[in-house]
Amino acid sequence: MKRFLLSVATAAGLFLASSQAWSADKLLNASYDVGRELFVQVNKAFIAGHPGVTVDQSHAGTSAQARAIAEGLGADVVTFNQVTDIDFLVKKGLVSADWQKDFPDNASPFYSLPSFLVRAGNPKHIKDWNDLVRDDVQVIFPNPKTSGNARYTYLAATAYAKEAFKGDDAKVKEFVTKLFNNVPIFDTGGRAATTTFVQREIGDVLITFESETRGIRKEYGDDKFEQVTPTVSLLAEFPVAIVDKVADEHGTRDLAKSYLDFLYSPEGQTIAAENGLRARNAEVAAKYKADFPDVRLLTVEDVFGGWDKVQKEHFAAGGLLD
Amino acid sequence: MADPEIKSYEPHHESQSAAVTESLPVRLLLMAVAFAFLVIFVLLPLIIVFHEALAKGLGAYTESLSNPDTRSAIRLTLLVAAIAVPLNVVFGISAAWAIAKFEFKGKAFLTTLIDLPFSVSPVISGLVYVLLFGAQGLLGEWLKAHGIQILFAVPGIVLATVFVTFPFVARELIPLMQEQGNGDEEAALSLGANGWQTFWYVTLPNVKWGLLYGVLLCNARSMGEFGAVSVVSGHIRGLTNTMPLHVEILYNEYNAVGAFAVASLLAGLALVTLVLKTLLEMRYGAEIAATRGH
Repeated sequence: MKRFLLSVATAAGLFLASSQAWSADKLLNASYDVGRELFVQVNKAFIAGHPGVTVDQSHAGTSAQARAIAEGLGADVVTFNQVTDIDFLVKKGLVSADWQKDFPDNASPFYSLPSFLVRAGNPKHIKDWNDLVRDDVQVIFPNPKTSGNARYTYLAATAYAKEAFKGDDAKVKEFVTKLFNNVPIFDTGGRAATTTFVQREIGDVLITFESETRGIRKEYGDDKFEQVTPTVSLLAEFPVAIVDKVADEHGTRDLAKSYLDFLYSPEGQTIAAENGLRARNAEVAAKYKADFPDVRLLTVEDVFGGWDKVQKEHFAAGGLLD
Repeated sequence: MADPEIKSYEPHHESQSAAVTESLPVRLLLMAVAFAFLVIFVLLPLIIVFHEALAKGLGAYTESLSNPDTRSAIRLTLLVAAIAVPLNVVFGISAAWAIAKFEFKGKAFLTTLIDLPFSVSPVISGLVYVLLFGAQGLLGEWLKAHGIQILFAVPGIVLATVFVTFPFVARELIPLMQEQGNGDEEAALSLGANGWQTFWYVTLPNVKWGLLYGVLLCNARSMGEFGAVSVVSGHIRGLTNTMPLHVEILYNEYNAVGAFAVASLLAGLALVTLVLKTLLEMRYGAEIAATRGH
């Protein structure tokens, strides 16, 4: 028994003393929850060009990631799918305020957009946003109160309506209300909505990021679903930033920069395109043109005057969404 | 057969002790409800887990289990259980001993504290550690200055697991020890045994079955804990992902086979726990009944 107690104490002591060893050739990339496949490939390619370097990945909802980094998760770089979550890190003094100028294209090396997934043969002939408010169409997307994915859907639909009704707020509101009335179930997250659409076979159209529809078709069969790209949608950025405070502490700033630069390289862009994200690099984009139908993209900045304003006017308690 | 007339007119169930035995239809109904409930809510999901895990064949199943990230998640889960369970055995026995055998001020408070992990949501348990050890938490500055990483590393996961599983051993032992009283120990001491001998040869054998139950439950929970661990993990692949966290991640990546393969391992561990418990009950049923006191 004494020996047992001793070994327990030793084990406890050992693990308490263990601290993660940081070194200048090791990066931690804190990323969004469904980005693993992409970054497994990115890291492999990056490490091939940087022998001796390791890149660890952490994936979770980016709001949770931002909070974890503020509480001490030692991420040298973040690769998120929500601009607002990097702004949170700016407020906490971990990322410099002008992070969007540190890398090209608003520090968003690739992008996506809310797009449609319909059942094979498109039996309800769904082509664009105005088809979604028809009485015979059931639409699936998660609850915008809890899902970033659905916020984009809500904003894209609103942006479409604003254009279609030339800014007539009453008509825009009516359009969005009709759209919401066509949703039989509001799941809490994008993945749950996918399950509702794919496995429970509820609804005629699933609205989610275009980058997601590829994974769904891959997992559940290419022949069961068709992707439909609306004529107009909203730009969804995938912002990246160096977490200055952490990178300086770890002495990894240069490595972090070359890692994020790599995402813009033809190689990095090709990997992104292979994973369903639209590339910024013109040559890569041209090469994958067939996979990404033309669409006119509006930005949150242009239509709504930025994320801060959107947050206040639409999503805050008492906002338009209520 | 002294009074055949009465016998023949009396309904069957009234001839038995009516207070404890219901009529046949009622009994059948109750059994049907219990079975249906168990099948739908317990057995069916379990079968689905294994069915989904093997949906793309045995090859895909073993392949997804040999993925390095999955292996490290399995290793981490085993490591966490290997630390958390012994710690909780030691804590649980000492707490149960103190509460059951001694009178002291604050005993009720201690008992309540032990129940705390049961009554708060695991997510809150995790958040408590964030508030304590996080960079903006109470001890954050000090830990940082000394280069100790607790949160988003293995120590944080172990702490959260220990917290959540703390009541299992203690809760199992307290009523048992209370019921047994101090008689055996007093006898041992009066016969010249020292404290250690009394514990080792008298107290421990008396509670061994309760202890074993506690350990089994504690182990099952420490391997399966999701909420608290999720908050403190940091979700770093290959470093701080436990099996339950890994299941969720794989599932979110549309990797159903991988997710359910890991889930089937977890379910397998739970089944082993149950089988062990049942075997022990069958083998030592009488003895257990005697020493568990119910």
